[in-house]
Amino acid sequence: MAETETAVAIAQADHEVIEGAATGETKVRKFNLNFGPQHPAAHGVLRLVLELDGEVVERVDPHIGLLHRGTEKLMEARTYLQNIPYFDRLDYVAPMNQEHAFCLAIEQLVGVDVPIRGSLIRVLFCEIGRILNHLLNVTTQAMDVGALTPPLWGFEEREKLMVFYERACGARLHANYFRPGGVHQDLPPELIEDMLTWCAEFPKRLNDVERLVTGNRIFKQRNVDIGVVSKEQAYAWGFTGVMLRGSGVAWDLRKSQPYEGYENFEFDVPIGLNGDCYDRYLCRVEEMKQSLSIMLQCLDRLKKTPGPVLTEDGKVAPPRRGEMKRSMEALIHHFKLYTEGFHVPAGDVYAKVEAPKGEFGVYLVADGTNKPYRCKIRAPGFAHLQAMDWMNRGHMIADVAAILGSLDIVFGEVDR
Amino acid sequence: MSVATIEDLEALGQSIVANSVGAVAAAHVAYGELTLIVQTHRIVDVLILLRDHPDYRFNQMIDICGVDYPDRAERFDVVYHLLSTSKNRRVRLKVATDEDTPVPSAVPAYPNADWFEREAFDMYGIFFENHPDLRRILTDYGFHGYPLRKDFPMTGYVEVRWDEALKRVIYEPVKLPAEYRSFDFLSPWEGARYALPGQGSTYVLPGDEKGAPIAGGKLAAPQPPPAPPPKPSAGS
Repeated sequence: MAETETAVAIAQADHEVIEGAATGETKVRKFNLNFGPQHPAAHGVLRLVLELDGEVVERVDPHIGLLHRGTEKLMEARTYLQNIPYFDRLDYVAPMNQEHAFCLAIEQLVGVDVPIRGSLIRVLFCEIGRILNHLLNVTTQAMDVGALTPPLWGFEEREKLMVFYERACGARLHANYFRPGGVHQDLPPELIEDMLTWCAEFPKRLNDVERLVTGNRIFKQRNVDIGVVSKEQAYAWGFTGVMLRGSGVAWDLRKSQPYEGYENFEFDVPIGLNGDCYDRYLCRVEEMKQSLSIMLQCLDRLKKTPGPVLTEDGKVAPPRRGEMKRSMEALIHHFKLYTEGFHVPAGDVYAKVEAPKGEFGVYLVADGTNKPYRCKIRAPGFAHLQAMDWMNRGHMIADVAAILGSLDIVFGEVDR
Repeated sequence: MSVATIEDLEALGQSIVANSVGAVAAAHVAYGELTLIVQTHRIVDVLILLRDHPDYRFNQMIDICGVDYPDRAERFDVVYHLLSTSKNRRVRLKVATDEDTPVPSAVPAYPNADWFEREAFDMYGIFFENHPDLRRILTDYGFHGYPLRKDFPMTGYVEVRWDEALKRVIYEPVKLPAEYRSFDFLSPWEGARYALPGQGSTYVLPGDEKGAPIAGGKLAAPQPPPAPPPKPSAGS
């Protein structure tokens, strides 16, 4: 409350009265406007200080950090295994993609392998995460420019996907499912069947949303040629993911620096032509279709690939419950893993994944103990939000919401 | 281009060291990643070289972050991660600095270094020279201290709450209703390799009387497991 009052006071003090030209026709006032931190189109707790000349945006100063929880500091005081849940709380729209990067970093340092089935389940849930994310973003982008129905339809599908999350790991959102060396538990066979059913139905739902939005005159008027990013700008500002591909750069980590066996899957990487908000929307819709195809390939292989989903290395992964009843060594491993946790050899690695929003990276510095010495989380949204200033300059104030929507910002990962 | 092999990265590192006119002190490859150690005051030259040289073309600044090593004279590392989308290569640069020495800002080379450097300043108090707008970014308005430094407590110093009488949010020193419990879990996994403090050379761990005695304060090499008892033959 006090904060808002000061902000308003500052805004008023900043009112800059520019006398008209010598003719003295009109007085034009530039004024500052606070967008957020509680604004439905701010996608969370973003405070934008806009400097406006009439309706034209002259400067944008994003104030972030309102959701800063000190994740990186907290992680330094916890063991590696205890840190996995923090990654769900970064980009809470696609939780497992974040866990994936952290597990890859640990695996790179420890040198542990993931069994094939575990790897397939990871890919499956990463693609579910991508659909979850794009469903949210595409439909709320439509909502930001005035369409109310798409989010309702999109959230219905999201809910079904989150039920799959729940059936795999017990939680709808904060999954805590990936582990260094695989995933926590195997999927029940009925779940795979239900996912196949969903995959058969989803194209129709997606088609409904597309029929409503893609050709819609209002949606196009609000998004085409808005927030245009050239290739050079996208490179210079560290854009990744859809933000880079929307500008016509064929760059996808799943193709160019494959991890987790993505090289064995067939999928296309959609790229945009103009780099505007509308192209980014089209890229996301097409990526959902590609993710669906990867899901189907995964499900098909999962049916044919039985086996462990977690590495059998007792120094990294806990033993199965049944083993603990018989084997003293398994019991000791279990005890040590859940008190002390495993030790990670000293060194530093940067592990990256193609998260739905772009390149999500984890720079992990280990000092040989059971806790990370430093873990820097490289969130794609942080780099994208930084571009708000120059992307909005010269646009109308109504375009701010459209551009922000197309950036795909989630504050969990921006503020960390 | 294809994914880099270890040999590619070593060759790339040597080439950068040779082309940097001494600004890159060393290059090494670990865990399949190339790391360059750079002289602090020449970091911008190195970044521009890596960005513009036709053999490198590191066109994206992926990340900048600080790391704190309080025991060192130059306690901070600033770590840069670069990506070349045309060559499909990544490189990590490290420079060292202390609380007072500013690091030249990377904004002239990569405009998006702006926020990353603000974050490093916010979290560690690392100063960046010629930065256009070095403000705090993630912490609260009016925050004091640098939270990611190792000497900053995890609980912080102040907490906020809504005061019903004053009708506003107030700041108070942190009060922990229960003591913060930090257990020492760093016990050895595979048998102690160190002498226990204040113990003689023949100290035997409680409950481990049957185990190997600690000779000279250190464990002897791990003994091979005893041979399994002979299986009863089928005939007996």
